[in-house]
Amino acid sequence: MPLLEILKYPDERLKQISNEVVVFDDVLRSFITDLEEAMRAGPGGVGIAAPQVARFERIVIVDVSGKPKIKHNGCMILVNPEITEWEGYKIGREGCMSVPDYTGNVMRAEKIKLEALDEHGIKREFECEGYEARAVQHEIDHLDGLLFLDRLVSRKKDLFRRKVYKK
Amino acid sequence: MSNWFMLNLIGNDQSGIVAQVTNALYKGGCHLGETSMMRLGGNFTMMMMTSLDGTETDLEKIVKPVAEKLELHVHIDSIEGRLHQHVEPNVRVTVFGADRAGIVAQVTGVLSESGMNILDLESDVGGTEDKPIYIMYMEGLAEDGIEALRTALEALRTEGIDVDVEEIETLIG
Ligand SMILES: [Zn+2]
Repeated sequence: MPLLEILKYPDERLKQISNEVVVFDDVLRSFITDLEEAMRAGPGGVGIAAPQVARFERIVIVDVSGKPKIKHNGCMILVNPEITEWEGYKIGREGCMSVPDYTGNVMRAEKIKLEALDEHGIKREFECEGYEARAVQHEIDHLDGLLFLDRLVSRKKDLFRRKVYKK
Repeated sequence: MSNWFMLNLIGNDQSGIVAQVTNALYKGGCHLGETSMMRLGGNFTMMMMTSLDGTETDLEKIVKPVAEKLELHVHIDSIEGRLHQHVEPNVRVTVFGADRAGIVAQVTGVLSESGMNILDLESDVGGTEDKPIYIMYMEGLAEDGIEALRTALEALRTEGIDVDVEEIETLIG
């Protein structure tokens, strides 16, 4: 199977809202394998969402375990993910495989809890923080047709807001 | 054949500068690349990568009417375009303290010696007229690692300068 092609902004399809997955079969699992391959082939390669490869279903993969010194849940396959709790805010820099050669600062919740189904339709719960929580929020945004460009904050805001939230 | 120029315009801040200047450029057939436009004190400064199928003289002719009308100083340099070659910063340094002569030179000197290549710097003066404070925000590439910067900057704290060094771990997802 050739590598899945990544849609690039301004492709209108990236703004589409993806549908819930209802059938958990080998077709789905085979797609998830291909999706993971596309993620690993990309620069950074810590997360991907199905709509980035033109499949408009609520499926994301996040794996930040390759980054040193951070908390993580290993490779997370998240089908129909729902964030159930948010805590704290932090600015961080993001880029996207669908937006080459541009990065910017984005505000995200620092800690989240989420529920999702795995590739067999079994319910899973995760707690994420920091870089991993950021990756999950970035990918779930793709399912709702949002890019990090929709959430850019200026550097000056960063300077002042950060102090407010610092503990 | 399209050529790149760095077009600099500076003058008193007044409403509508950006719209009027960019409209004149657009009508003259120019394209903009990366730009920086901001108010510094009561002045408005514009630095624009501008491409044009023409010469420096052609660009001057396009800019002249609007620059004269708004009383802006114009400076044009021929440059290489080099778009799509962003260098990703890996460190963010914020510095603030009581304003005094030499603070920028001192801080950037320390940063340069400890391997930081500054990609972007913005500084501002806040506080009151009798007690001004200086705030500097930088993004850069720490070539010898973040710890080298932290250690080097530690010495500045004893001189009443607050320094915050934070790693930038860009997420590509
Ligand atoms: Zn993305």
